[in-house]
Amino acid sequence: MAQHQVNYASSAGLPVALSTVDKLVNWGRSNSLWPLTYGLACCAIEMMATGASRYDFDRMGTIFRASPRQSDVMILAGTLTKKHAEFTRRLYDQMMEPKWVISMGSCANTGGMFNTYSIVQGVDRIVPVDIYLPGCAPRPETLQYALMMLQKKIRRESANMNKNTKQNLRML
Amino acid sequence: MRKYTPKGNVQAKAYYNNRFWDAPRVPRSDVSEDEHFAKLLETIKESVEVKDAYIEIGQMVVHINPEDNFKTLKIMKEQCDYAMCTEITAVDYLDKDGEFEVLYQMLNLKKAKRTRVVMRIKEDQAIESVVPLYDSANFAEREMFDMFGIVANNHPMLKRILMPEDWVGHPLRKSYPLQGDEAAQWYEVDKIFGKEYRDIIGPENRDPSKIDRYDTKRFSRVGYEVPFGADISEGEKETPIEYSDTLLVNYNKSSEQLDERR
Repeated sequence: MAQHQVNYASSAGLPVALSTVDKLVNWGRSNSLWPLTYGLACCAIEMMATGASRYDFDRMGTIFRASPRQSDVMILAGTLTKKHAEFTRRLYDQMMEPKWVISMGSCANTGGMFNTYSIVQGVDRIVPVDIYLPGCAPRPETLQYALMMLQKKIRRESANMNKNTKQNLRML
Repeated sequence: MRKYTPKGNVQAKAYYNNRFWDAPRVPRSDVSEDEHFAKLLETIKESVEVKDAYIEIGQMVVHINPEDNFKTLKIMKEQCDYAMCTEITAVDYLDKDGEFEVLYQMLNLKKAKRTRVVMRIKEDQAIESVVPLYDSANFAEREMFDMFGIVANNHPMLKRILMPEDWVGHPLRKSYPLQGDEAAQWYEVDKIFGKEYRDIIGPENRDPSKIDRYDTKRFSRVGYEVPFGADISEGEKETPIEYSDTLLVNYNKSSEQLDERR
């Protein structure tokens, strides 16, 4: 018998770890962020690179899903045209709560260099954005860092999403 | 070497007037210089009125009446081996002449020759579709309809190809504003949320370097901190302007001053 084995019967050393429900739920949420496979333009190439073996999102529990119904995170990677905005919003609405949005790259953040009639000037006009990534296109490290920041944010939030102030925005 | 321009009073004078660069006119040569083009022009002239014809950068340009476009392209296809219509588009001269210039770029694969058939139409004038002759005209004419509003009669399915179907206006017209008219600027908001949400979402920010002084959500203060989202529109703390302690140099004085500093 190993030396370190705990004798549960004596010394009241019950195999119990104390935590809060918030922590437990957020631990689960933040370590299995499943983004929607949703590439709009050239930023999607960087997103693919981030998901592939060199940068390897899988090790963070982040697995790209092909359906909005199975996703928690929407990574808006690229230029969003006004024609497509409607469908982006529909995909966002189809995602299960709780859900988060990462706006990746200059085009998604502000419209970028496309200061024209046909491009949405910032995706935050149609969906509530949690994290904005600068860059054109952002390096895979940036997306990785953004995902880690999002994990931090989720761990900070209350597990009860109704308490979060962002909920009001989401109802929009 | 670049042309010399006197720069003595360059500050006082407006040195740049023309907003658009005037492209130099490409030299044109007579059609008779090229055997193939001369023969082609003769064939076209037999049944179609040709307004003007010349060779420009190795390509023949034929100006015709808009009613003859189908006839001309049919002759070119059936009698002169022009198997491909590579491009159909228009140029907006509405402001200048009140007309569109519609052009068909044709390619002869056997002789490796290109010919451009050009015609002028009025703003509300429809043209005859050439889809029965060339399938490539299908999307090209739809794009022309989308971008310029030029209708092609007898087109199998004339609808917008690039812009959404409920879009207002034709974006490639010179009169269309670059950043969109009102319908374009609110398009996604109207479509997704409805017009009543215009006030909530607000107009588009078209200035990428916009700085809002009282926005404490996106901007930080220099020198002191303000809570996130706090309202500082009244009673923002004054920050005195501090100049650098290093020696200031008056560059308007003579250059000797620079030596003094050393």
